[in-house]
This record gives sequence, structure tokens and C-alpha cells, in this order.
Amino acid sequence: MTNNIVKMDKIIFGDNQFFAVNHLSDEKSRAQAIRFKENSAIIEVLNQARELGVNTFMCTTYDRIGDICNYMRDNPKEFGEFNIFPCMPYAHKYANAVTDLGILGALKAYMPGNALSVATKGGMAFLQKDYTAMMELLVDSEMKMFKGIKTPVIFLQNVLVDLIIGLGMQEVFLAFAKYVKKRYDAQPGFITMNMCKMVDICEEIGIENPIICASINKIGFRVSGSVEDYENYLTNPDKKFRPIAMQVLAAGALKPKEAIEYIGKFSKIESVLFGASSKGHIQENIKLIEANVLGASFK
Amino acid sequence: MIKASIVGLGKMGLSHCSILNAHPEVDLVSVCDSSSFLLDVFNKYGKQKTYSDYKKMILETNPDCIVVSTPTKFHAEMVLYALDKGINVFCEKPLSIKLGDSIKMVDIAEKKGLVTHVGYHNRFVGTFIEMKRLIEKGIIGELHHFNGSSHGPVVLKEKGSSWRSDSSEGGGCLFDYASHVLNLIHFILDKPVNARGTLLKNIFSHKVEDSVYSSIILANGLSGQLAVNWSDETYRKMTISIEIEGKKGKMVADATELKIYLKEPDSTENLVKGWNIKYITDLTPLVNFNLRGEEFSSQIDYFIDSVKGNRVENLASFKEALVTDTIIDVLNNDK
Repeated sequence: MTNNIVKMDKIIFGDNQFFAVNHLSDEKSRAQAIRFKENSAIIEVLNQARELGVNTFMCTTYDRIGDICNYMRDNPKEFGEFNIFPCMPYAHKYANAVTDLGILGALKAYMPGNALSVATKGGMAFLQKDYTAMMELLVDSEMKMFKGIKTPVIFLQNVLVDLIIGLGMQEVFLAFAKYVKKRYDAQPGFITMNMCKMVDICEEIGIENPIICASINKIGFRVSGSVEDYENYLTNPDKKFRPIAMQVLAAGALKPKEAIEYIGKFSKIESVLFGASSKGHIQENIKLIEANVLGASFK
Repeated sequence: MIKASIVGLGKMGLSHCSILNAHPEVDLVSVCDSSSFLLDVFNKYGKQKTYSDYKKMILETNPDCIVVSTPTKFHAEMVLYALDKGINVFCEKPLSIKLGDSIKMVDIAEKKGLVTHVGYHNRFVGTFIEMKRLIEKGIIGELHHFNGSSHGPVVLKEKGSSWRSDSSEGGGCLFDYASHVLNLIHFILDKPVNARGTLLKNIFSHKVEDSVYSSIILANGLSGQLAVNWSDETYRKMTISIEIEGKKGKMVADATELKIYLKEPDSTENLVKGWNIKYITDLTPLVNFNLRGEEFSSQIDYFIDSVKGNRVENLASFKEALVTDTIIDVLNNDK
């Protein structure tokens, strides 16, 4: 399965800042929740990023993203060529449902159609334990909000990717990859905290040159194994993959300049994912990435 | 290689399963659950033997250790069976729903000289470990108060029919959420031994409490407050915070940062007068495999090390967890 058709922007704008995800401070995350409680505040920042040259937004499939998508569809002049990289599933939604309803209950709650009726695709898949069909239905239900928007890469979230890596159930990745290609004409992407393991797994199951989004920073924040292992995979020409670097600032522990200069050492890194809430910060990041990271535009 | 089995493939069970399976020194040989739906996932994609009867699994696959991550009401029966067969046990929290059963589990494990571990993973979070170290060093002087709190969005509507909505099965905010805070207070400060003015409130649930408030007294005489609510949607996920006040300053820790306020600087710790912040990024050791947080891998690594070295006395043993079960019982009787 080859995976090198889609050209990715060097700069990918993330969404954590909009949804109160701050890995360094719960207090900051509450402040963000207040600042971005209205969707208009998110749209304002997205527009600023777009005006500064950002053309890809990578976001988790939160319910609120649906409203952002509506806005984008309503403003084709600005957002007609804009890309979204959806990341699914929104894990806490399912995790909280599992705590409340159990795994089967949560699946039933989120499976489109009636999970207990053979009259629906979901019901059939459920009763026949057709796990691939169930995965496909869940992907469809998460993708609904992006209808009419360009989604050239569709990501599995790290919680799911890492769970599957650990369980050793690699075939699931292949099924996902095939489905997003067939149904959405998209490339599969994988977010993970275990970059090296995922690179090896993709090679093993035949996902060629996979798009892998992982934490890459010199202090090893959210890195597993060791920083040396990561550097080795990022420089070894035999390890073929398309890395998107995330957590490059290590949740704010590193200064942007030193953080991005570090990323610039690895020519294999195609894109950098970053989030920021102010025009100034967005500008600063873009400038640094443009100056230091080779990225897709030079390949 | 350490041979491991697991019974109970819920949210924590699957997570443990993944981490154990990725551990280079562990051979995860078998899994057990009551749901054929889940077992078939393992039959189809996994390499482990699957069982719906845990006794059969233990007898047939003869593991060195077992993870018990079933609903709490099944813990005692399953753990006692495994201990009887000479197997080291990792049990999810809390230990059991009946104090008498928990005491029995501790006794038998001790008599048999087996390694035990309870899944209070916050004991493996860098910020709380650092807080404990600094408290023991006396950095904020004589202590006079603490606040332990936890909030999260578990039950947000009047519905739900899982085991977590039934206290006789080990459900409820006290067993599920408050246990973590009480366990951390024990870890960082001292054993909680008594409680006064306990309020267990129903917000959306009918059979169990959704929030817990109480004044907690520790063995060393220090007292403080507990405030826990699992029906709070202003939090994206479970959040725990421990605040400790002393004569020379104050400390506040959650899973992301440790804030230290000092009235006078401390050169031995390189801390200034006023606020100091230590981030989790500086306090987290690298793990070999990371699934949704280093602490989950760290605690499994710790357990496997305990099994390898027959470390019966350890910082997450049944004996440690019994303290939490005991104070839960006190809170339940104080309401």
C-alpha cells in the first residue's frame, strides 16, 4: 500500500488551544476554555492563521468542529481550498461513555443506526461481529461533519493507535488505511507516542511511507524509548516514513527558536504541527518553521 | 519472561493488556472476559488464548502474574482464587467493596509471600512524587492543612445502568474517583484514619453518590478537606489536585504541574522566594512504551519488576491500598 501521493503543507495548524487541551497546565487550559467558548473566537483565529498563509487545520472530531465546518462551507472564497486533517476518534467522548455505559453500551450509543436491529448496516455489523464494518461505520459517523471539505489525510488518534500497537493487532491499521483511501480518497495518518514502533509496524504490514505524527523535541517530552532512537529513525534513510512533528515546544517547556531549530536538523520531517491563539504567536511560529524546516514545499 | 494473564477487558483492562503485551519481558498468554464480543476481537486479531472462565484460564495457562480489572464486586473472589494458586496479583482500584474481603486479601497475600499491586496510577505521576519528596524534606515547614480534590465529566445525565451506577457493585464517585484522592493523600502525607461531616450527594445518579465532601483526619494529626465530583462537565477529563499548606509556604500539585510558594528561598532545592513552578516535562522519566500517559507504563513496569524481584513490600501493594479501602468505609459510615 503506497502512501506518497498527497503533498502536505509544511505548516499545519493544530486545535488543542481551542479545546482547553494544555499538557503543561490545567489552569491555562481553563483559561483557554473561557477564551474560546464561542465558535466565533475560534473562527477569528483560524482566519488570522489563513491570512498568514496557513492552509491546513488538523483537528480532533469534537462536536464543535461541526460548526467550524459549517462556517468553512459558507465561505468558499476564503476556505474553498483549505484542508482539514481530521483526527479520530475524540477519545474522551468514548472513554467517558465507556465508564458510564461499558464498552458495548458505548459502541451501541455511537454506532450509526440501531445497533440491535438487523435492518441497519450497524445492527448487522454488530450482530455478526464484523469488526471491519463497525470500524468503517464509526469512521463514517466521525467524517459526516466534513462533507464538502477537503480532507486529504485522515488520522487515527494516538490513544487508539497506541492501544492497537500494544495489543499487537496491526491488521486494524491496514483495514483503516484501505477504507479511508477507498471511501474518502484520503491518505491514512497515524498519531502516536511510539513513533519508532509504528514505523516498524507499518513496514511489517505493508503500509509504505506512512504519514506518522509524533512528538519530536530534544527533551523527550511524550517520546518513548529514547531521544536517540527517535533521532536515529529520523536520520536513517532505510526508515521510510513521512513525519509530522508535534509537541515540538514540549508543551511550552522549550523556547520556539531552539525547538524549531532542532526540528530543522531532520530533513525527513515534512511538516510541523503547532497551535497558537494569537496572531503574533502564529506569525512567530510560521517564520521559524519557514526559516528552519525544509518541508514539503522544497521536495 | 514473565507469563501474564488478564481478567476483565474494560477500559483499564484493555489499557493494561496493551501495555503488558508491549513489555519486552512479559509474555501475555491469556485474556478473560464475559463478553464474547470482545473475546472474538482477540480471537481474530490477537495472539492470546481467550477464556470466559477465569479459573479455567489460570489452571490452563498457569501465569506468573494476573491483572484483575473486572468490576470491583468481583475483585475479592478472583484475587483470592489467584493467590490460592500462588499467582502474583495486580488488581485495579479499589481493592474490594467489603473491608472484610480486603483485609482477607492482604492477609493471604502476606502469608503466601506473593507480590501484589493495586492500580493507583497517580503514585507514578512525577508531580505528585516530587510533592511527596519536598513535603518529606520539610520544605514548607510544619503543615496545617490540605485540600484534596478531583473533578471530571463521568455522569452528566440521569441515566446509566453500568456497574458504576450501583454501589453494591463498587460503583459511585466515592469508590471510583475519591479513592484516587484518598490514596494520594496517604502517599504524600500520611494515612487518612478518620472523617467528619461527610456529605455524599446525588446529582444525577439514583443509587450512588455523584459527589463526596468531607473533613479528613490523618494518623499524624493533620487534617484537611476532600472535595470530589464526577458530574462536573467544566472538566474535559478527570483532574486531581492536591494543595498543602505549611507555616513556611504552600504547594499545589496536579498531573501537569507542581507549584511551590515559599516565604523564604531554599538554596538546597534551588527554589526562590514566592512562586516556583515545576512542570511534568521535567519530572517524567521516559518509558519504553507510552499509551495515554507515562504513569500507566511506569506502574506496569514497577509491578513486573516487583514480580521479578519478589518485592512483596512495595509502594503499591495491597497493604497500601487497604488504607484507602478503610477510609472509604469510614466515609460511608460517617454520611
